[in-house]
Amino acid sequence: MSLLEVRDLSLEFRTRSGTVRALEHINLEVVKGETVGIVGESGSGKSVLCFAVLRILDAAARITSGSIAFAGMDVLRASESSLQQVRGREISMIFQNPRTALNPIRRVGRQIEDVLATHSATLREQLKPKAIEALAKVRIPDPDRRYLAYPFELSGGQCQRVMIALALACDPQLLIADEPTTGLDVTTQAAIMQLVSDLARERGMATILITHDLALASEYCDRIVVMHAGHVVETAPTAALFRAPAHPYTARLIASTPAPGQSIATLASVPGNLPDLRRADLPSCRFQERCERALPECVTDGLPTTIADSGHLVRCFNPL
Amino acid sequence: MNAATLRHVRYVATQNPVTLAAFLMFSVLVLLALAGPWIAPYDPLASDTANALNPPSVRNWFGTDALGRDILSRIMVAARLDFGIAVSAVAVSFAIGATLGSLAGFFGGWADRIIARIADTIMAFPLFVLAMGIVAALGNTVANIVLATAIINLPFYIRVSRAEVNVRRNAGYVEAARLAGNSDLRVLALHVFPNVLPPMMVQISLNMGWAILNAAGLSFIGLGVRPPQAEWGIMVAEGATYIISGEWWVALFPGAVLMLAVFTFNLLGDGLRDVMDPRMRT
Repeated sequence: MSLLEVRDLSLEFRTRSGTVRALEHINLEVVKGETVGIVGESGSGKSVLCFAVLRILDAAARITSGSIAFAGMDVLRASESSLQQVRGREISMIFQNPRTALNPIRRVGRQIEDVLATHSATLREQLKPKAIEALAKVRIPDPDRRYLAYPFELSGGQCQRVMIALALACDPQLLIADEPTTGLDVTTQAAIMQLVSDLARERGMATILITHDLALASEYCDRIVVMHAGHVVETAPTAALFRAPAHPYTARLIASTPAPGQSIATLASVPGNLPDLRRADLPSCRFQERCERALPECVTDGLPTTIADSGHLVRCFNPL
Repeated sequence: MNAATLRHVRYVATQNPVTLAAFLMFSVLVLLALAGPWIAPYDPLASDTANALNPPSVRNWFGTDALGRDILSRIMVAARLDFGIAVSAVAVSFAIGATLGSLAGFFGGWADRIIARIADTIMAFPLFVLAMGIVAALGNTVANIVLATAIINLPFYIRVSRAEVNVRRNAGYVEAARLAGNSDLRVLALHVFPNVLPPMMVQISLNMGWAILNAAGLSFIGLGVRPPQAEWGIMVAEGATYIISGEWWVALFPGAVLMLAVFTFNLLGDGLRDVMDPRMRT
């Protein structure tokens, strides 16, 4: 049974310089316990999609079509107070830059207690031991002492561990990790990702991993959703995606991921830039202008959804 | 106040001798404000015309005024009134100003525009004249001096809190707090506002000195506290007429104390900020 189901979601930002159609006809499904990766270059709408799932959107954002269902709840119609119950308890999020995501003048233990006090029926006396336990679970050494630490006293990796402890304090059903390791060095990155996937497996928690690092996604995700300029261009089980990418953009992305021993000179890049999403004359496939396999219908006709394999969907007129 | 906080206060004070001096002078002022009437050597209102306008001596350290009242005793007793006016005025304008400013900075939009324009309007007046006007219109009472001082201080709190909240509005931890299911007001009160307090402390402290000066100034020109009540501003005003005839002590000592009090608050700001800011704790 699917935990999160996004159907045909379109979202735009009305700005003074025009309407930015940031998401168009997005479909996304996350099943209980699975890890889904959302990959795509910066600006392709990965984060906006996740904020939309929690319905935390800028005042300029308008959802123009579609629905979001989380565990039987209609997110787009739910009241603000019931959403506040979901945020932090059922769906948690960890961010790219853990140092700024923690309140600089509050002790980290207190910040964890806060979440516990808001969302769980924890007794006041129980808060401190529970917070220390949460710190211990994310394998922070000496949690009793770290409980009293301020964020600026911790390293980046430790801050991210604290963020994870915060996010998992109430045993959420879905964790959204928005580029959780971008600000960290490679060894810390591996440790953090290992921690997230271990904890997810222990709890049967579903995870959405937003990243632009395909190697990272291939290692930890069951399924991968490739986004480009506000479209989901391809959805496939990880192995199938890497074995036989169907969308030209995915193929380009995979070709641009460095492999060990490969010279940097032979790395392919995706030509061109993301199109300006304010344009009125956007081709119906937003990758068309960067694509060497483009056909005339890519500009005009509505995008088809082709089934390449079981569970492998691609939105392209001329798939590989 | 636990042991760690006290240790931290001591650390901040000893790190910077200026802060230490400010803390010490501040303690003296607080002591005078609390215990002035009991530790003053003479009754501040008892006149003794036989000993009028005595220069400073062993008997009267700061001399006596035109009615023979002991100036030292009057200064000590007046501390409570001046200090009280300043503290209550600053408390009122901090409470109102910080609330309005934070709301304006956090929510923006119409609330912001209206609140910011109110602040600008108050700032457009010559502030001391505005305070005079308020006291003259509402009547010569201590409560009205507090009110007038609070009103003219309001824009500074609105501006500082608005600006400080505004830069933190989209900080990562604010987003994180929202994502953790906090309502807007909760995010503002529990996550943003505590971060704004250290810079606000500097403003509070500077404003205290300014509020004392303002209250004394109002009394000096005859608005506000009335004789024979002891108040630093009135004492300077009463003494001013005797400077020409050579009785300098009548105006000098209350004036000097007034200056020291303002100076203390101006120095105190940095120290208070360091106490409030956990980043100074390591």
